Amino acid sequence: MTTLFSPALAARFDKLVTLYPIKRSALVPMLLYAQDEVGYLSDPVIAEIAERVGVTELEVRNVISYYSLLRTKPAGKYHVQVCTNISCMLRGGNEILDHCKKKLGIPNKGTTADGLFSLEEVECIGACSWAPAAQVNYDFHENLTPESIDKVLGEYRAKAEKGAAK
Amino acid sequence: MATLSTHPDCVPVVSYRFGKGATNIDKYLELQGYESARKALTLGPDGIIAEMKVSNLRGRGGAGFPTGLKWSFVPKQSDKPKYVLVNGDESEPGTCKDRLIFEQDPHAVIEGTIIAGLSVQAKMGFIYLRGEYRYLLTIMERAVADAYAKGFLGKNIFGSGLDFDIVTQTGAGAYEVGEESALMESLEGKRGIPRIRPPFPAVVGLYGGPTIINNAETIATVPHIFRLGGAEYAKIGTERNGGTRLFCLSGHIERPGVYELPMGYNLKKMIYEVGGGIPGGKKLKAVVPGGASTPALTADEIDIGMDFDQLGKAGSMLGSGGVVVLDETTCMVEFALRTMKFYAHESCGWCIPCREGTDWLKKSLTRLHEGGAVDKDIDNIRYLAENMLGRTFCPLGDAAAMPTIAFVKKWRKEFEDHLEGKGCPYHRSHEPALALV
Amino acid sequence: MADVTLTVDGKKLSTPAGTLLIEACRSHGIEVPAFCYYPGLSLQAACRMCVVRIEKMPKLQTACTTTVAEGMIVATESPEIAQARKATIEMLLGNHPLDCPVCDAGGECELQDMTFKYGAHESKFVEIKQHRDEQQWSPVVFFDRPRCILCYRCVRVCGEGMDVWALGVQNRGAGSVIAPNRQDHLDCEECGMCIDICPVGALTSGAYRYKTRPWEMSHVGTVCTHCGDGCKTTLGVRRSNDGMDIVRGDNRDKSGINGDFLCIKGRYAFDFANREDRLTQPLVRKANGQLEPASWDQAMDFAGQRLREIRDSKGGSAIGVIGSNRTTNEEAYLLQKFARTVLATNNIDHHRTADYPAFAAALNGKVEASLRDFAGAKAILLLGNDPTEQHPGLAWQIRTSVRLQGARLYVANHRPIKLRRQATASVEIPEDGYPSLIAFLAGKPAAVAGDQNAAAFREALLKEESLLIVFGSEFRGRDIEALVQFGSTLPNVKFACLGDYANSRGAADMGLHPDLLPGYAPLSASGPFAAAWGAALPAQPGLDLPQMFDAAERGDLAALYVVGANPVARYHANPSILRNTFLVVQDMFLTETARLADVVFPAANLYEKAGTVTNTFGDLQLVKKAADRAGVRPDFELIVRLAAAMRADIKRLVSFGQRGVQADFGQARGAQSGEADRHGVWLSAQHQEPRLSPFEPFAILDEIQRLVPAYNVPRLDLLAGNDQHLRPALVQIANAASRRNLVTPSNDTLFTSGSLGSYSSTLRSVLEARQPVETAAD
Ligand SMILES: Cc1cc2nc3c(=O)[nH]c(=O)nc-3n(C[C@H](O)[C@H](O)[C@H](O)COP(=O)(O)O)c2cc1C
Ligand code: SF4
Ligand code: FES
Repeated sequence: MTTLFSPALAARFDKLVTLYPIKRSALVPMLLYAQDEVGYLSDPVIAEIAERVGVTELEVRNVISYYSLLRTKPAGKYHVQVCTNISCMLRGGNEILDHCKKKLGIPNKGTTADGLFSLEEVECIGACSWAPAAQVNYDFHENLTPESIDKVLGEYRAKAEKGAAK
Repeated sequence: MATLSTHPDCVPVVSYRFGKGATNIDKYLELQGYESARKALTLGPDGIIAEMKVSNLRGRGGAGFPTGLKWSFVPKQSDKPKYVLVNGDESEPGTCKDRLIFEQDPHAVIEGTIIAGLSVQAKMGFIYLRGEYRYLLTIMERAVADAYAKGFLGKNIFGSGLDFDIVTQTGAGAYEVGEESALMESLEGKRGIPRIRPPFPAVVGLYGGPTIINNAETIATVPHIFRLGGAEYAKIGTERNGGTRLFCLSGHIERPGVYELPMGYNLKKMIYEVGGGIPGGKKLKAVVPGGASTPALTADEIDIGMDFDQLGKAGSMLGSGGVVVLDETTCMVEFALRTMKFYAHESCGWCIPCREGTDWLKKSLTRLHEGGAVDKDIDNIRYLAENMLGRTFCPLGDAAAMPTIAFVKKWRKEFEDHLEGKGCPYHRSHEPALALV
Repeated sequence: MADVTLTVDGKKLSTPAGTLLIEACRSHGIEVPAFCYYPGLSLQAACRMCVVRIEKMPKLQTACTTTVAEGMIVATESPEIAQARKATIEMLLGNHPLDCPVCDAGGECELQDMTFKYGAHESKFVEIKQHRDEQQWSPVVFFDRPRCILCYRCVRVCGEGMDVWALGVQNRGAGSVIAPNRQDHLDCEECGMCIDICPVGALTSGAYRYKTRPWEMSHVGTVCTHCGDGCKTTLGVRRSNDGMDIVRGDNRDKSGINGDFLCIKGRYAFDFANREDRLTQPLVRKANGQLEPASWDQAMDFAGQRLREIRDSKGGSAIGVIGSNRTTNEEAYLLQKFARTVLATNNIDHHRTADYPAFAAALNGKVEASLRDFAGAKAILLLGNDPTEQHPGLAWQIRTSVRLQGARLYVANHRPIKLRRQATASVEIPEDGYPSLIAFLAGKPAAVAGDQNAAAFREALLKEESLLIVFGSEFRGRDIEALVQFGSTLPNVKFACLGDYANSRGAADMGLHPDLLPGYAPLSASGPFAAAWGAALPAQPGLDLPQMFDAAERGDLAALYVVGANPVARYHANPSILRNTFLVVQDMFLTETARLADVVFPAANLYEKAGTVTNTFGDLQLVKKAADRAGVRPDFELIVRLAAAMRADIKRLVSFGQRGVQADFGQARGAQSGEADRHGVWLSAQHQEPRLSPFEPFAILDEIQRLVPAYNVPRLDLLAGNDQHLRPALVQIANAASRRNLVTPSNDTLFTSGSLGSYSSTLRSVLEARQPVETAAD
């Protein structure tokens, strides 16, 4: 089959559907991996995945829209997810979020004009004892202060610039 | 990197290998790794379950159901394959312990899964991590591959003639998927809508087969029970509450962190001695003892042993071990609102009382917090919560209702202080609740 | 299963083990409210309205998911339960738009009813409600999201019931929403089941929305005029300037042979009746060659006189008659009686859609399957046809028994039909491979013998302890004979033959054949008919339909009388063929055939008349008059009037006013009192007593029942609206298998229905919407 995915990911998918007693079990992980590679779950991605696991596109959309990590619209290259749930809130999670808004110049769920950062207020990410915390893509950043989150954002920006220079 | 915190009162059972490089399988083996699985093999299914019952281990996922008893519900004969499912969806606000286990001691989870499998003659296990824990999947996949390489997984494990496979995967962001039947749905590639019960997973679970489903900490504890012996393990805790558990201290506390303490450990001591008390010499206002869904205790109620029974008696729950400490500056309405925002966001939407109730409560609490509420709103909040309680399709509705009822009951005055256009008397909804710097 | 005994509200109930508590209660008259529970669909336990108190249980339990247990003690009403239900409704109303005054469902809304019952009258919700604009999902399906209470009935009926799976649930929490399969529109079978099953006004019908209030309509349950399944459709009619308009079709009482089901045609394709371009005046071709309006008397007299002249001068053999697949049994019967006794001809035929005569011969007293039999079937063998497209009601029944009773379906077809998805086993054969397959099944040498799949198919089939064999028009003549012969070697077999239209079967049974009298009696056995009709009947077989056209072309057919048929379009006849034939047509529209006529009579359709029809399974049902259109007449009346205009003895044609003839309790006249007057006026003018009218089809039902023993079913049951399966007494004829093969399947789909379908704007709009969207050339 022709595929939208890189050969490595396509091979991974070929294997993934064989791991479980039913193909469909591979759906949720597959969607995540596809999103990681493509950036979001576009219509063609949905169509291919539906075919790979043998369900309708409607079914795939039903599943996608249920899970908060899955998206059908692009996000920034670095998706900044700030937790404001109880433990983080008590230790300044809202302030970290506000700080990010100001710093990046975007509202919650916004994306910077250069497409580098997007921002999202999220529910508890499992870093309560190291609050306040945020995740950038899948990386945890904990015990944050406005200063430390600045530094974190700066590092990602530098990383992107370095990548672009290459 | 998430790390364990320690205090002289800590008893390292689950955390026995934390910080010792046990992600490496050779290191794990050096530290008595996989000996428990070998022991379990010699005991056979009945022996394993008997030992588990002796240990008095109760589920660490929240409800505290006795683990040995749960395993014994799986029918011996089954037309369909049996499965073990490890619940690493850890999403209860205030809880961050499973993460530590996966990161520090992945093989303990694998070994526990094998033992659970042996106890019911399952041939396959699944370890499901929450989507946000992608970095842990890398660790787990590595550990599983190493275990296969050593012959602990796959065909003929430990040369026993038995086969056992493990598949690891993550979810994609959904608290409700931590609920056991929704977890099975998710693993089957569906929306995380819970299933109708009965039948219970032990009889009809994953792919229709009998399934053991346990929290990751529960499973990671299993090898240690066989390492120490069930009776020894039971002795560490209190009556009917065997062993230790990982308590996650967070919020307004001097030394937040994950501590392994014996079951029944006194909450007051936990806050003031283990956690170093409240920063800035502030007074304690409330403690959420077991994650966001457990009713908060007032400062007067904290002289209590932290086990399932004692907290149950106090009208709360031990839950998932997330101890969240609130100092006197906290606005209880804001806290209740943030809690409800979470449940409204996470309700799967399946049943009416939960879907509509959480949404409505969120809206009303928002209005109350912002100063637009009237008298009857407070009673209405309580009315809604009371009418959700016990009426929803799964316990998420209860999890949203119970703390809300407690907030209104115990801190009604603070709710009333928000009335008549006054809004939040604490004026700090967007200022740091704690001076961080 | 053994019965268990339980106590509900102090009453002792006994019910089979395994029954759901909600069903146990309902079957004993104890109402337990429910939004999400729907019999036959999967359980959801989502609405929490069915909560009851069961002793020894800590919480209220959902009756929809609890199975009864011995000794269970249940309370279904108490202050606690009422409070729980009330709170649930309050929560629902929190985000509900409360636009009841304009909502289609207002007055027949389950949420309204529950709110009324549990008294959630105080509005606690003061937050801002979420508004969302209404969406159009297809020409016939609209969705009003805020009204949706998320009971998931629509999702299940579409998926589980229809096997279409076009609806899903998206998002979560309060953002949850029902979603169509093409993001902003539906790609589906347009059955409208989702609309019917929606307890509120969230899903509404494109054909009905915002037209009227439910209580402003009269609701008349009658039989659908489209395919051969004979589904019950309930028509909502409302008085208009020129009669009674049909405003809505649905399946609201579900008491019909179709159970819960209704397809797009039964639900929406009544709209032809309301069209502006319907004929409402007789037309007569004038000297200038134009068809022009004429009065009834003028037109009748003209047609009657011409026909009489032709009969008297050229003999009946110069006249042909073509009947209809959609008129009632009474009309078809009357038409052939008129042809044989008044026109003195056997030149009578109709568009044959299945070889019913061969089937009748092959059956020879063996049992025919009712559509109802499919609902309880254990095993079904489907040969040919594509029921999903051509017999949607049958397809529904088959899917339902497979799903709910674990029935086994065996499919043999030359196409990959959708019902294969339900099949236990299926074989694909060449289009001409059916005879060979039957030979193989019967253990005779056959081409498929080497095929392992076919062998397994046969083996499984032969193990069945009972079987319904249903076949399409791929089978004719001797093939039917062979099939029935094979089937009869198996235990407990029943047969069904699939033909196309609402009364194709009745047309055949009633003798619209040049060589067969009613009940397939051969002309050689015309004795009882001649005696009853008091006339000598022509002895020679007449011309069949193609032969009539051939005769016309040769100049040998002086007159042709076409009732409710459009043979010119159906057989692609060259219009010039009929140029020298005096053509009389009765129809609703100026069809391709009517356009060539010398006289056209505006006819009523099946929804505007009373009588009976027989579905393709031999289920006899009553049709009731629902609508009315000023200026049109039922075919029955038109035939009688034409006979009168030919100066025939009306009393002989229709035995009205005689002893022993039972009236129809007023069914024929419908709600329209004017009609009775009209009948009376005409009778007086004919110097007849204005009592039971010869225009009442029931005047002739006695005669049919006497002369066609298969139709001799209990009359009272029939008139009460219960479908009656024909008695296995159709006459065997010797030459059935070797008759000329004139079966022309309609090849209709879900969205077409012969000529009639082209007059339904709903069907057309759906067909147009399904054309692939044109994309810019790139
Ligand atoms: C809404 C909801 C969320 C839950 N989330 C989790 C979770 O994240 N992790 C977990 O282990 N158990 C969770 N549970 C509990 C599980 O349903 C189940 O009881 C548990 O995994 C059983 O394991 P145990 O017996 O080892 O505690 C949740 C329950 C509910 C009702
Ligand atoms: S649209 Fe109607 S049937 Fe479908 S879920 Fe909503 S209320 Fe139920
Ligand atoms: S009918 Fe039982 S919960 Fe809806």
